[in-house]
Amino acid sequence: MGSARYQVLTITRFTLLEALRTRLPWLVLAAILLAVLGSLFVKQIAITETARQQTAFLAASLRLAAVFILGLYISSSLVREFNDKGLELLLSLDLPRAAYAGGKFLGFSLIALLMAALICLPISFLAPLPSVLLWGVSLALELWIVAALSLFCTITFTQIMPATSFVLAFYILARSITAIRLISGSALLDQSSLSHQVTVFLVDSVWLMLPSLNVFTQTAWLVNQAEWRMILPVVVQSAIYIGLLVGAALFDFYRKDL
Amino acid sequence: MHQRALKAVPKSVAWILIASLCLQLAWQSSRPRPTAYAEALVFPPDDKTLQALSLSEPIALSQLMTLYLQAFDNQPGISIPFLDLDYDRVENWLTRILELDPIGQYPLLMASHIYAQVPDTAKQRKMLEFVYQQFFKDPDRRWPWLAHAAIMAKHRLNDMPLALRYAQAIRQYATAPEVPHWASQMPIFILEDMGEVESAKILLGGLLVSGIVTDPHEIHLLTERLQQLENEEKSSWVPKN
Repeated sequence: MGSARYQVLTITRFTLLEALRTRLPWLVLAAILLAVLGSLFVKQIAITETARQQTAFLAASLRLAAVFILGLYISSSLVREFNDKGLELLLSLDLPRAAYAGGKFLGFSLIALLMAALICLPISFLAPLPSVLLWGVSLALELWIVAALSLFCTITFTQIMPATSFVLAFYILARSITAIRLISGSALLDQSSLSHQVTVFLVDSVWLMLPSLNVFTQTAWLVNQAEWRMILPVVVQSAIYIGLLVGAALFDFYRKDL
Repeated sequence: MHQRALKAVPKSVAWILIASLCLQLAWQSSRPRPTAYAEALVFPPDDKTLQALSLSEPIALSQLMTLYLQAFDNQPGISIPFLDLDYDRVENWLTRILELDPIGQYPLLMASHIYAQVPDTAKQRKMLEFVYQQFFKDPDRRWPWLAHAAIMAKHRLNDMPLALRYAQAIRQYATAPEVPHWASQMPIFILEDMGEVESAKILLGGLLVSGIVTDPHEIHLLTERLQQLENEEKSSWVPKN
C-alpha cells in the first residue's frame, strides 16, 4: 500500500515537473496578461458600469482560456508520452496501471488548482474577496472535470486532434445543454408531433449524461451576489463526474494492449 | 490497437464506473427542470458588437438569438411570462435579430402573433408599432405581419384609425406583383363590419392559399392561434334568454 502511494506520488511529482519545464506557467501568465489588457480596453470603451464590464470580461475570458490551455496541455503531454514509448517503459516496471493514471490525474489536478489560484489573483482586485474565493473554488472543480475528461479522451483516442476536439465539443455542450433543453421544450412548438417528442427525448438523455457546467463558475457571483450554499451542487456534481470520468479512463486503460 | 479482454479490467474499476454512472443519472434526474425567468432577459449587445460576434455569420447568430429569446417564453401558461417580460428589451432583441437577418420573418411573426397577444394594451401597441416601423424596410415581404397588426388594432385595441393606418400602408407600399390583390384591399376589409375570427380566417386562409406560408411549424402556430380565437369567441358567447 505504501509502495503504491509512493508510486502515485512519484508520477504526480514528475507530471508537475514536466509542466514547469514545458513553460506552462509562462503560458498561463501570458494568457492572464492578455485578458487583463483586454479587460482594460473593455473598461475604456464601456459607457457605464465600467468595473462590472471589466470584471465580467476578465472572468469569462480567463475561464475559457484556462479550460482550453489545460485540455490542450494534458492531451499533448500524454500523447508525447505514448509516442516516445515512455508509457511502455513505465508499465514494464512494477507499476500498476491505476497508479500511473492516478498519479497523472493527481498531477494534472494540482496544475489545475495552481492555474485557478493564478487566475483569481487579478480578479481579486476587482471583486469582493469572498466572491472571488467562491468563484475560484468552482473554477478549480471545473478544471478538475476538464482534466479527468482530457485524461479519458487521450487514453481512448491516443491522438491530440480527436482528443482535444472531443474535450472542447463536450465542454461547449455541457455549458449549453440546459439552454438547449429549455428551448427544445418550447410550448410554441407542436408538442404532439413525433419529431418533437424524439428531439425532447434525445436532448433529455444527453442532459442526463452531462455535467451541468452552466451552474459552475458564474460571472454573476463576482458582479452580483454570491453565497457559499451555491457551491454545494457544484461540489456534488464534480465529485460524481470526476469519479465517472476517471473510472471510464481506467476501464479503457486496462483494456489497452500496449 | 488491440483491446485486451474485459476480465483484464479490475472489478473495483468496473464498480467505480457503474456506481458513478448511476449516481450521475440519479443526480441529474433529481435536479429541477430548467425554467426561464423574465427578469433574466437583458438588453442585447449593440449592432457593432453583434457584427463582431457573428464572425461573418450574421444569419446563424440571428437564429441563435431568436432561440435564446424564445427560451424566455416557453413556460406553460405562456401569457404570464410574456406579460412579465420587459418589452423595451424584447423590442431591442427583435430589432437586432432583424438587422442581422433582414430577410428572415421570424421576429415579425413573434412580435405580431406572440408578444402582441398579452393582455396589456400598452405592450400590444408597442409590438404593433414595432411591426409597422419594420414594415417600411421591406414592405413587399413584411406586409402579412402588418395585416395581422391591422386586425389586432381593430378588434383588440378597438382603434379604428390605427387599423386603417396600417391597412393603408399595405395598400400604398406593398406593391410587388406577388402581393395578393386582397392585401391591397385591406382598408375596405378593415372598414367592413366583420368579427375578429372572420377577419383572421380570411387573412390566414389567404396566406395559406397564396403559398406565402409554407413552413409546417408556422402553419401549426397560425392555425393554433386561429383555434384559440375561435375558442375565446365561443366561451365569451352568452345565449340570450
